[in-house]
Amino acid sequence: MPSLKDLKNRIESVKSTRKITKAMQMVAAAKLRRAQEAAEDSRPYAKRFNAVMAGLAASVGGSDSAPKLLRGTGSDQVHLLVVMTAERGLCGGFNSNIAKLARQKAAELKGAGKTVKVLTVGKKGRDALKRDLGSDFVGHVDLSEVKRIGYVNAQTIAKDILTRFDAGEFDVATIFYSEFVNVVTQIPTAQQIIPASFEAEEGESSGAVYDYEPGEEQILADLLPRGVATQIFSGLLENGASEQGARMSAMDNATRNAGEMIDKLTIEFNRSRQAVITNELIEIISGAEAL
Amino acid sequence: MAQTMQFDLVSPERALASLQASAVQIPGAEGDMTAMPSHAPTITTLRPGVLKVESPEGNSEYLVTGGFAEIAGDSLSVLAERAIPMAEMTRDQMNDLIEEAREMYKTAKEEDQPHGLVEDAAKLLADMEALGTHMSL
Repeated sequence: MPSLKDLKNRIESVKSTRKITKAMQMVAAAKLRRAQEAAEDSRPYAKRFNAVMAGLAASVGGSDSAPKLLRGTGSDQVHLLVVMTAERGLCGGFNSNIAKLARQKAAELKGAGKTVKVLTVGKKGRDALKRDLGSDFVGHVDLSEVKRIGYVNAQTIAKDILTRFDAGEFDVATIFYSEFVNVVTQIPTAQQIIPASFEAEEGESSGAVYDYEPGEEQILADLLPRGVATQIFSGLLENGASEQGARMSAMDNATRNAGEMIDKLTIEFNRSRQAVITNELIEIISGAEAL
Repeated sequence: MAQTMQFDLVSPERALASLQASAVQIPGAEGDMTAMPSHAPTITTLRPGVLKVESPEGNSEYLVTGGFAEIAGDSLSVLAERAIPMAEMTRDQMNDLIEEAREMYKTAKEEDQPHGLVEDAAKLLADMEALGTHMSL
């Protein structure tokens, strides 16, 4: 039976925990709004880009001279998994869900006799995958110093991946990130970026025959690396919004739990205080009776 | 014949402009070109340069660092890697861009990269420097 003082201390400590989680929830809510705006602002670019690329890819894609980034290397032996997670924890299942998907995919590929290489973006994913896939790590991108994800960050990652691709380090690249649906739902997603696949949205194509300046293939060669960066960028932004959403609901839960715990502890505290008073009374009465 | 066309300027981070324009001068990779309403459908890549927009409401200029433009008769979309309104441009920013291009050229040269990347970087640097002089801030 804990003493009154113990209970009191306990209540105080849970109260301060509740304050912290509440504050974190509010910070996450504010950041979420910004992250969501950033994600929405990037959509027009990605949409148009994909529409143009889809048209280009359709007209050039079949030929043998198509760039490697579009056609692939002709084999799918070595897979690069780019696992994008958050730099920080305390956001519910966000990081572990992405890690789980990556782990599954890696196991699947290994089962089929393929070679797996892992590039991690974000510290938490690295920590989560270290035990199972530690020997397959080929690199890590640290974004902990970055306050606001910019296109430059995506370009840096894309450049890293493209250099590896040019060096023949892998055949297929897949990015893992969490798609933001709403505050309570984030879907871990795997998306293949090399060789590139572009899907034109229905009704997007204008049907016009374009002149290309310079030639189609040159444009395609110029744009494909940008396509990789664009896809990584939107992945990063989706991830940013998802992370804040996940943290918000996780902290909301934590705040509520702390509240419940405080209620329970307060009842226990009141009961034991009453027990102490009753006890003292009994002692006084029986003392008086003994005289 | 339409007198204006829908003009959109978007960068990966945000949409910068969406308005009706009567003519837009684009710094194409193979030379500048001006797109007016009912231009033949064209897709061109951009070099670093100045994008000039003429619209009934007034003219505006943007600095773009590459990307591509899609001209489709009654609409024009410019997808720029980076786009900055000329009014917000400062000498420092320009210097940063030039410095960045120079850095890229240097690493490309040192690492002896394939695909004519060295030439690309050299061209980018030259374009940037020309742009800096042109702006004469």
